[in-house]
Order: sequence, then structure tokens, then C-alpha cells
Amino acid sequence: MPILSTQKLVKSFGGVHAVDHVDLAFHGGKITALVGPNGSGKTTFINTVTGILPMDGGEIHVGGVVMRRMNPADVAAYGITRTFQNARLIQQISVLDNILVVLTERNVWGALFERHTALHLEKAGNILKKVGLWEKRNENAENLSYGQRKLLEIARAVSMRANIYLFDEPFAGLFPETIEVISDILRTLRDKAASVVLVEHNMNLVRELADYCYVLDGGKVIAEGTPDYVLKQPQVIEAYLGK
Amino acid sequence: MEYLIHIAVLVCLYGILGLSLNLVVGETGLISVAHAGFYGIGAYVTALLLVGLGMNFFLAMALGIIASGLVALLISGVISRLRGVYFLFGTIGLNIIAWSIFLNWQSVTRGPLGIPSIPRPGIWGLDLYQNLQFLFLAAASLAIVYFISVFIKKSSFGRVLNSIREDEEATQIFGYATSYYKLAIFTIGAMLAALAGALFATYITYIDPSSFTINESIFIFSTIVLGGLGSSRGAVLGPLLLVFLFEGFRFAGFPSEIAAQMRMLAYGFALVLLMLYRPKGIWGTFRI
Ligand SMILES: Nc1ncnc2c1ncn2[C@@H]1O[C@H](COP(=O)(O)OP(=O)(O)O)[C@@H](O)[C@H]1O
Ligand SMILES: [Mg+2]
Repeated sequence: MPILSTQKLVKSFGGVHAVDHVDLAFHGGKITALVGPNGSGKTTFINTVTGILPMDGGEIHVGGVVMRRMNPADVAAYGITRTFQNARLIQQISVLDNILVVLTERNVWGALFERHTALHLEKAGNILKKVGLWEKRNENAENLSYGQRKLLEIARAVSMRANIYLFDEPFAGLFPETIEVISDILRTLRDKAASVVLVEHNMNLVRELADYCYVLDGGKVIAEGTPDYVLKQPQVIEAYLGK
Repeated sequence: MEYLIHIAVLVCLYGILGLSLNLVVGETGLISVAHAGFYGIGAYVTALLLVGLGMNFFLAMALGIIASGLVALLISGVISRLRGVYFLFGTIGLNIIAWSIFLNWQSVTRGPLGIPSIPRPGIWGLDLYQNLQFLFLAAASLAIVYFISVFIKKSSFGRVLNSIREDEEATQIFGYATSYYKLAIFTIGAMLAALAGALFATYITYIDPSSFTINESIFIFSTIVLGGLGSSRGAVLGPLLLVFLFEGFRFAGFPSEIAAQMRMLAYGFALVLLMLYRPKGIWGTFRI
């Protein structure tokens, strides 16, 4: 059974059906790619599933539970986390604090009387070293370069220890070394049985990483299957070349 | 000398107000100009209990703080849904409502006549009639509020406040029910402002609604912008500098009416120059 699935999910903006009766299913231990031309509804799908945008119709199932309505604050409790197409960091606090904020107590009273511990620091240190940002830990997040920002956001998502990770174009505009670091992280998450959802335009990366692939166009699913299979489908080729 | 002590007491009071407002504005990014309302609630409740019931000072102060906290708790349920400029307007409304109640609920507050002859507190049989002794009380209170402020900043709670300030929606995605955090800090801020109010009422021994107008809230706000938002040191330094700037004009040899106008002018210029050349304030870690 998939750990995250949608049935006839709908999200419209005025007359634009950005997500149009979409049925998708994501399994644990798999990387599932979500591809499609610009404006095909990939980001809107993620925003709806994470409660950033209210859905206009359909259902979301998480671990067998139906979610008719998601609030952003509930999403983490269902084991879902995400990154944003344009990294959303906590700009005017340090790199280290950007990680610590997802490691510490959620309850108001608990948080008020909690100081971060050596264990928190160790966890944060491990992930920051993995993405090569340990040296930058005391810098404000706003001072990072584009690639470092993407890395920090991914490190933060990984620190959430979720079951379902939604990565919106994590590789866009990065150098090959950085792409390699992030690919490794995605594979590690998959090997730990998490469900990884990857929005990506680079088809070579999709072939290399994804176990399964959905192609969206105009808010609808136009093909699904293994990456090699779907990328040969005429309607997929047309969706990309026709635009 | 007596005058210096007076200034020092004012610095302590505005320091408490600055520190508490900084928790709301500087740490959490809630642009509130209702602070003088809560300051006034603390002052009025304390004064009425002291004058009307002859209550012990610390008990009256505690009740003033609790009253202010309760009002903040009730109100923030409504206004914490507002964001940015809408929140700002909500707090403007709040300060105006508080001030109108001080002014118009005459059977209790005596309206514009104010409440005179508020007794100075006595501690362990020692009456703080002397300003110098009162200064010790005010300074000790400032120290306690400074400690609370630093304690909050260094806690996990403080980090979440900063995160809300920068991106509330992302903070929710991390699993934080941000509205409870905003409610908590707004209430804590209101309670600490009421502490300053209780001290003010017993120090001046007379209060009327004119001390708790929206202008006063804006003044408190500007002290922390000067000192630097998101910094506890800044939240004390800013009030110190502005109190000295205001009081300094009395010594510049101007007749008192002109001095009052001159200092408003200087205050205005100082704010404009600050925004132009140092938007983060002196010690600020955060710009809006
Ligand atoms: N907040 C929004 N308001 C209005 N229209 C939007 C909004 N977000 C996305 N859209 C529209 O929805 C469609 C899908 O966009 P998006 O999900 O960003 O596509 P993708 O991520 O696949 O490039 C586009 O037509 C886009 O213009
Ligand atoms: Mg997108």
C-alpha cells in the first residue's frame, strides 16, 4: 500500500485547473519522480499536499488515513516534509539554528524551558558536515550562496526524519559535485524506506534516481511507469517538444 | 543629583518596556504598537488596588501583571490571525480602546482627573519614599526582565520565535503550531509591560490616561528600533539614549515650552536619520 496517495485531487486558480483530478501514489523505499513542462502543476500538487494551499476537491490519503483538509502545521505530524522550489530558509538566523529549529521541542511550554543539548548539536553537526556547511554554521543563512542555500534546505528536511519527502527541483542550477551530494542523500532516504518524491527536469537524473515516474501536463497525469518507459511515450515527447 | 536619579528611574522603566516589546517585535516580528495599553493596564490595576483597597504593593503589582496578561491572552486569540500591516492596525485599535477605557470609565478610573496619591511601596518595613531607594527597586526589576529576556532568547522557544518572524508558513511545515507561540509571547510581553506600569504608577504617585496613548507606544517602539531589534542589549541602550535625548534639552538653556518642541523635532530627525543610515539600529540582529 502506498504511504501517500491522492484521489481526484483538484486545485484551481480562477479558471486555471492547476491540478486536475489527479491520482498519484507514493510508496516507501522508492523514489518517485514528478516531471512535466513548466506550469504543469507539479509545485501546486506539492503545495496542496502540504496544506500550503487548500484543496478544491478530491482526497489525500496518508498512511491509510483520509485527509480532507491539511493544515501546514499538521503536515509534520503525518510524517511529511518538503523543500521549496525557491529555498525558504530562516534568513536572519545562523545556519546551525536553521537545523536546530527542526530538532527541538514542538510544545510551547517544553520549548520555553529547553536549551539545545549536545545531542541536538551532534545531530545538526552530522548533517551539516554531510552537506559541507559545518564551516558556515555561524553565518546567517542569508549570506549563503545559491547552492549552499539549496543544500541547507535539504539538510533541514532530512533532519525532520519524515516518512515522506517532497523535493521541489532540488538540483536546479547546481554544479555536478553538489548534485552528487544531494543524489546520495536521496538514495540514503530511499534505503531507509522513506518515500521520496522528486520534481526534476533533467531526464538523465530522473533515469538514474527514480524507480517510478509520473508525467503531468496541464494539471493532468499523461503517463506513468518506469522512467525509461514513460520517456518513450509519444504524448510525453509531444508535451515537451510541442511547447 | 536628585534629577539624575529621576532619569535613571526612567531609563529602568523604559528599559523594561523596551525589553518586553522587543520580544514581540524584534524576536517574533509582530509589529505591535499596543504596548502602552498593557503598560497602562498594569499601572491602573496596581494604582486602584493600592489606593482603593490599601493592598500590599507586590500583591497589587502581581494582580496588575495578571490582569494585563489575561487581556493580552483574550485579545491575541483574535489579532494573532492578522498578519503584517493588518496586525499593526489591530494593535493601534487595541491601544486606542485601552486608552478610551482609562479615559471614559470614570466611576473607576476617574477619567481625565486621574488617580492621585498612589502610595510608594514599602519593602520589609522600609518605605521607598526616597527616589534613590526606588531606583534600586526599578533597577532590580530591570535586571530581572533582562534575565527573562535572555532566558527566552536562548531557549528553543526563542529560536522558534525567530523562525516565525522570518517565515511563519515554513515554521508551520516544521510542525509548529505557530499561533500558540505568538499568543504566548504576546502575553509575556504584555505582562512585563504591566510590571513597568506598576512601577511607574507608584514612582510618579499619580497617573492619568495621557501617559498611555498611542504616542507612548510609538515612543517605546522607536527606542527599540534605535537600540536594534532582536537584541536585548539594544532594547536597553535605545531607551537610555532616547531618555537622555529628551531630558537633555532641558539643560540646553531653552525656555521650557520651546524645549518641548525642540526635543520632538530632534526625536523626529533622529528617527529619520536612523532609518536612512542604520536601519538595523545600534545593536540590531534583525531588520523588518
Ligand atoms: N498562487 C498561484 N496563483 C495563481 N496561479 C497559480 C499559482 N500557483 C500556480 N499557478 C498556476 O498554476 C499552474 C501550475 O503551476 P505550477 O504548479 O507552479 O507548475 P510547475 O511547478 O509544474 O511548473 C500554472 O498555470 C501557474 O500559473
Ligand atoms: Mg514548480
